[in-house]
Amino acid sequence: MSLIKADKVSYEYIRRDKDGSVEGVNKAVDEVDLSVEAGDFIAILGANGSGKSTLAKHFNALLYPVGGTVYVEGMDTRDDEHLWDIRQTTGMVFQNPDNQIIGTVVEEDVAFGPENMGVKSKEIWERVIRSLKSVDMFEYRKHSPSRLSGGQKQRVAIAGVLAMQPECIVLDEPTAMLDPLGRKEVIASVRELNETAGITVILITHYMEEVVHADKVYVMDKGRVVMHGSPKQVFSRPEELKGLGLDVPGVTLLAEELKKNGIDLPAGILTSQELVSEICRLLSII
Amino acid sequence: MIRDITLGQYYPAESVLHKLDPRLKITGTFLYIISLFLVRDLLGYAVAGVFLAIMIAISHVPFKFMIRGLKGILVILFFTAIFNVFFTPGEVLLSLWKLDITKEGIRVGVRMVIRLVFLVIGSSIMTLTTTPNRLTDGLERVLKPLQRFKLPVHEVAMMMSIALGFIPILVEELDKIMKAQSARGADFESSKLAVRIKSMIPILVPLFVSAFRRAGDLATAMEARCYHGGEGRTKLKPLRYMKRDYIAYLLLFVYLGIIIMTGIMF
Repeated sequence: MSLIKADKVSYEYIRRDKDGSVEGVNKAVDEVDLSVEAGDFIAILGANGSGKSTLAKHFNALLYPVGGTVYVEGMDTRDDEHLWDIRQTTGMVFQNPDNQIIGTVVEEDVAFGPENMGVKSKEIWERVIRSLKSVDMFEYRKHSPSRLSGGQKQRVAIAGVLAMQPECIVLDEPTAMLDPLGRKEVIASVRELNETAGITVILITHYMEEVVHADKVYVMDKGRVVMHGSPKQVFSRPEELKGLGLDVPGVTLLAEELKKNGIDLPAGILTSQELVSEICRLLSII
Repeated sequence: MIRDITLGQYYPAESVLHKLDPRLKITGTFLYIISLFLVRDLLGYAVAGVFLAIMIAISHVPFKFMIRGLKGILVILFFTAIFNVFFTPGEVLLSLWKLDITKEGIRVGVRMVIRLVFLVIGSSIMTLTTTPNRLTDGLERVLKPLQRFKLPVHEVAMMMSIALGFIPILVEELDKIMKAQSARGADFESSKLAVRIKSMIPILVPLFVSAFRRAGDLATAMEARCYHGGEGRTKLKPLRYMKRDYIAYLLLFVYLGIIIMTGIMF
């Protein structure tokens, strides 16, 4: 059984004019099929307004599909009976670090989820300590979140989700408001969780460098999944990606240009190391 | 200007008062305020004053921090004194035009001023020695019986603690907006009051808009983390009474006893 399964999921925003009568319907998500296995690192890419954030909110039962069904561990997200189980299974980290921190001290914020779930105080402490350690924020536990950097705040937010002991974390553009350093910190933490703790990750982003290490990439445009496959498969079509308003990583573009000029490189080079080793290989042949 | 705002004016120090349970401090402050309105004579005031002085001494908070709270009510103090001195009927000491200063007036005026000063200092000792979080936690527990009358006690406490957490964020935002508007030629330093008030509008409108957006985002984030009201919620740091709290309760009742005694005996 898949951990998360989306079956022809559609969602519509209804546009209304001043008087409240319906002006039109925006299809934010349009018949999306998707399945996530436990332990996967999935990336969902898309430009602004491609519907990726709307889709993400379905995995946590924050939004219900208008058409189709979303299953989390086999539970239909529309089933109110399982609402809290679903929200506990798939934790969610949002874009703006300031708007998701509830506590006035780091450790209290991390405790918020387990407190809501009715976990005993002693176990909450254990969970808080473990979660903060796993995102490397333990020494900041007594700090006020307002004095942390953006990357640190996002890591606290991730710890807050981890304390609920989810199977899967959905990160909705967690790095969009961070500086390059903060982005690196957050992505490193997320990868580490996926690799060492085996937590399933669904990363929603429009930065292509962040999805290089994903197991599977979905590219969305106008509410539809337009491409999906391994990062290599997806990035080997840079022209198409550019057409969707996405920035292809510089290394991939460079490799593409070299290829156009007759250098025999494989398609879909993602990192500079890869490019270097490919060029070295070519040099050794000569 | 913005950095002067200190809300939830907690003063970190290691004192017995800091360690006491917030429920005790809230009840204690409340009872102390009531006691101030029970006393009628000099002896009573002396007892209340000595009690306050002891609290100040053991709080390890510099005295000037407590006085700061008084600045805000200086005007109220002044008018309380004036009105009582002039408008209390009794034995006339001095007549100024149509206003009489009476002996009783002076007595009542002085009493009211002492009462207010004690009241403000007393409650600022509570806020200075308790973190905002513990304060809201304590308040939630103390007011819990009111939940039976359908008062949303948990929700109010939750709102208070979130509001406190958002103050630094909103202050930062206010600063940003003010700079942005100044860069476009807004005038915040005009000597004309009307201009200054008008210049607040382009600050307040974006601030409110963004505050509402933040509130929406936060609500979603809270829901995503399984928040569903106070029911079935546990606490990371549950409030537990210690031995020192029981002793403090005892001392509090001894104080109240003495105050009532002075009222009966004299």
